[in-house]
Amino acid sequence: MITTRERHRNILDFALSSLGRRAGRNLSLLTMYCLLIFVLASLLFFVSALKREAARLLEDAPDLVVQRLVAGRQDLIPENYGAGIAAIRGVAHVEPRLWGYYFDSWNGANYTVIASDKPTVKDGIAAIGSGVARSRKIHAGELFPLRSPGTEPLLLEVGAIFPGTSDLMAADLIILTPSDFHTLFNFPQGKFTDLAVTVTNRKELPMVAAKIAALYADSRPILKSEIQRTYQSIFDWRGGMILLVLLSAVLSFIIFAWDRATGLSAEERKEIGILKSIGWDTSDVLLLKFWEGCAISLPAFLCGVIAAYCHVFFFSAPFFSPVLKGWSILYPQFQLVPVVDISQLLVLFFFTVVPYITATIIPNWRTATMDPDAAMRS
Amino acid sequence: MRSSSRFLMTILMGVSVVTLLPLHAEYRQRMSLHPENRPPQALAALKLTDLCLATEARHTRHPSLADRHSPFQEHPAALDFFPSGSLILPHAPTHTP
Repeated sequence: MITTRERHRNILDFALSSLGRRAGRNLSLLTMYCLLIFVLASLLFFVSALKREAARLLEDAPDLVVQRLVAGRQDLIPENYGAGIAAIRGVAHVEPRLWGYYFDSWNGANYTVIASDKPTVKDGIAAIGSGVARSRKIHAGELFPLRSPGTEPLLLEVGAIFPGTSDLMAADLIILTPSDFHTLFNFPQGKFTDLAVTVTNRKELPMVAAKIAALYADSRPILKSEIQRTYQSIFDWRGGMILLVLLSAVLSFIIFAWDRATGLSAEERKEIGILKSIGWDTSDVLLLKFWEGCAISLPAFLCGVIAAYCHVFFFSAPFFSPVLKGWSILYPQFQLVPVVDISQLLVLFFFTVVPYITATIIPNWRTATMDPDAAMRS
Repeated sequence: MRSSSRFLMTILMGVSVVTLLPLHAEYRQRMSLHPENRPPQALAALKLTDLCLATEARHTRHPSLADRHSPFQEHPAALDFFPSGSLILPHAPTHTP
């Protein structure tokens, strides 16, 4: 008497040998299936890891950023706005910030320049991101000339280079003193780029923002929650990149599953007919097709997921970087910290493996219930 | 060895590796919290608001701070022509411009 386990093993052996007879076709199917899972899983891993990085970065973000808008564009904010906002009840601290962008005509890269009065930088000494150091091929202790509106370029000594591990935050940063910042951009005294506001009670943030907007009609308060929402929407499934990859992957999978579900080849129908004529039950044929589906979809899923993990977390997602890079000269070489959401993997499994196995079984079930003679002749 | 045994062993190995991925991720997350791997204090003090994903345009470098007009800043009928602008959307609509 053959046990259930032995019956499954025998049918699996037969399924594997049957797949082996059409090795070329099934290997191409496996490769395509694996690629599909790889793209989807890479996207899931990439987005989850970026969401985590964004959440970590935003822990240190100001409670409220106040900008000034003139004709719909951001403009410099006068010093007296800071004093007015500091007088609002609930505001703990207002920090005027000086920052901007520097286009480097030498290599075409854009840098983010931030003024800081922290001891990391001194007049004439700047700290730079590793991306800036890479693009300008400079090292700590070397001179870094920047074109300023004056006749003489601003010569800065590279005091420190931020490590590559902080590339995702600081690849394009140049940190210098407020005095150097004023010299570099001929920035007007008494004006700032924006104000970072700290509020005593976080629950009062919307109220404080409303008061600022009422006090200065041309101001634009940006809450920390709005910044968080921005990053949620960027990495949301409706976001540009996610939607693009998701749609193309889902469409390929639909075509793929549709091709499987719309019918069997004459050879496959003949095989089912022969099996039934030599005594196989319909349930045996369906079990055979189930194992054939598993033999393709399970290795494809496992290989796709493992390859995606390596692609994103060991090789820094090289297939996605050209998409994000665009025309950027300076691109961070970040190593993402892995994040694996098991529920997302389960959803991916049920949306790819289960439909494939179903699409394999249904057309075979139709043929398996036919008369063996009709199945062989059809 | 039977081909079914080889297949089942391969699947078992694959499942084991996939099961280890969350554990590896957890380990790397703990390692990232180690003071040596944390961003320098000087960066935390800057209160940065955006990830450095694309540096070609200010609305993709600082999507949370750029105004909604910045992709169309070149001239009155301008369109956003930066490649990363089609992937990194402007900040979520709020009561502010």
